[in-house]
Amino acid sequence: MTTSVRDLQERGFGATLRRDAWWIAPALTALVLGSFAVYATWAAWTGTNYEWGPYLSPFYSPLIKTSWWPLSPAFLILVFPLGFRTTCYYYRKAYYRAFFLDPVACAVGEPRHGYKGETRFPFILQNVHRFFMYAAVIFIFILAYDVFLATRWPVSGGPERHFGIGVGTLVMALNVILLASYTFGCHSLRHLIGGSVDCFSCARGGRARFRLWRGVTVLNQHHMLWAWCSLFSVALTDLYIRLCAMGVIHDVRLF
Amino acid sequence: MAGAEQRRFRLFRGTREGGELKEYQVAAGEGWVVLDAVHAIQAEQAPDLAVRWNCKAGKCGSCSAEINGKPRLMCMTRMSDYPADEPITVMPMKAFPVIKDLVTDVSWNYEVAKRIPAFQPRAPDNADGTWRMYQYEVERPQEFRKCIECFLCQDVCHVLRTHGKHDAFMGPAMLVRAAVYEMHPLDKAERHEHLRREGGIGYCNITKCCTEVCPESITITDNAIIPLKERVVDAHYDPLAALWRRLTAR
Ligand code: SF4
Ligand code: SF4
Ligand code: FES
Ligand code: FES
Repeated sequence: MTTSVRDLQERGFGATLRRDAWWIAPALTALVLGSFAVYATWAAWTGTNYEWGPYLSPFYSPLIKTSWWPLSPAFLILVFPLGFRTTCYYYRKAYYRAFFLDPVACAVGEPRHGYKGETRFPFILQNVHRFFMYAAVIFIFILAYDVFLATRWPVSGGPERHFGIGVGTLVMALNVILLASYTFGCHSLRHLIGGSVDCFSCARGGRARFRLWRGVTVLNQHHMLWAWCSLFSVALTDLYIRLCAMGVIHDVRLF
Repeated sequence: MAGAEQRRFRLFRGTREGGELKEYQVAAGEGWVVLDAVHAIQAEQAPDLAVRWNCKAGKCGSCSAEINGKPRLMCMTRMSDYPADEPITVMPMKAFPVIKDLVTDVSWNYEVAKRIPAFQPRAPDNADGTWRMYQYEVERPQEFRKCIECFLCQDVCHVLRTHGKHDAFMGPAMLVRAAVYEMHPLDKAERHEHLRREGGIGYCNITKCCTEVCPESITITDNAIIPLKERVVDAHYDPLAALWRRLTAR
């Protein structure tokens, strides 16, 4: 047998000399991201059961109820977290691999040709990520305020409120912590806060920017982990509040 | 040989025009790496087998190849990592033209490197012509100086490997090299234009295969490429940053 070296190497989708189970990671990613997308779309679409007691689902916060908007209020705000995650450097890697198969795994053949990467429309739009990051930082404060509100319990239907903590309050608090760890480890934030500086000792406020950059870097090193944990926590927080609102489970008031 | 074990190998034999995978049997000693076996085959069975190597310590970057489909240094790949009853396949790097057998022509990389805008230090800080900088600020580019130019990252990068965009994209190793200069505290050259146009940084879709294969564990994508992409965004895609530069006349 005599053949060109290219014929022995991968040509065409899935062709590879790799002998490990390279397809497991992209298949899992596709499954989990796909399931999240289905759940989030449904949860946002229903427009019901997003509040219970002092709790508010993160898919609906900040809650904007207006008469001129015929659809679920979630759709008024979801563009921000959705845009943030879609343009996130980590999620880009995840879905380019799992959905666009560009490449599905390292040193494995790809299905299409005419690859343009992020040099042309639509993927050149990924460069707007930092603007979604600004919004995401504001959302962290809004969701933190929701946790504060989740400690103010109505007293027998009146306007008066008392301090209290339920399991839902803790669920919402954990969600904000995970979301903050994800957001404050963002690559764009890392750049803007100090990564763009080369000479920290000559820049104005250079020492402080260096320290901030190092702090963001600590979170950034585990950006993938925070991305997944916060994805799960957002969905589970919504689910918890939804099940309470539907009466399927009963929230436990801790004090 | 004491403790020797018969292992099967399939090595690419041939040139750019054509070739084949040839099977060899080697009596492998304990603790052998793939390069030991290739050397044994060369010494005992195939004296005309071409293989490039130098240090056998993972430091010269010469012995890059693809072992069971994965770009790796032959001298740093233990045979015990592979099942003994299966043959180990060794191919030359796919992203570069084969010269002979396992040896590829990587000279394209040196041409690309020459075109990166060179390190340009600012005027000396002191009258005696010296500069002042601190360890904490040179640490970032120092990570990239670990690069041994094995070009495994270039080989695995799908932009070069699968799509053959050698004309349009400089590849991860060269982005790492650009980052060495670009993030140096003394450097004052601008590289965003070069990175965006000739370097084609937009072709990288940050899928991180380069980071996965780097034998020096350089965080290529997160620490070199993404920060460089952000610099390109500053200069070309961020209207607010442009406005800010205008207002502050920077
Ligand atoms: S992260 Fe970019 S440079 Fe690295 S292998 Fe992937 S596409 Fe190539
Ligand atoms: S960055 Fe790593 S993989 Fe790429 S050439 Fe340098 S040492 Fe090799
Ligand atoms: S890079 Fe992931 S959130 Fe910005
Ligand atoms: S021989 Fe030097 S890196 Fe393998």
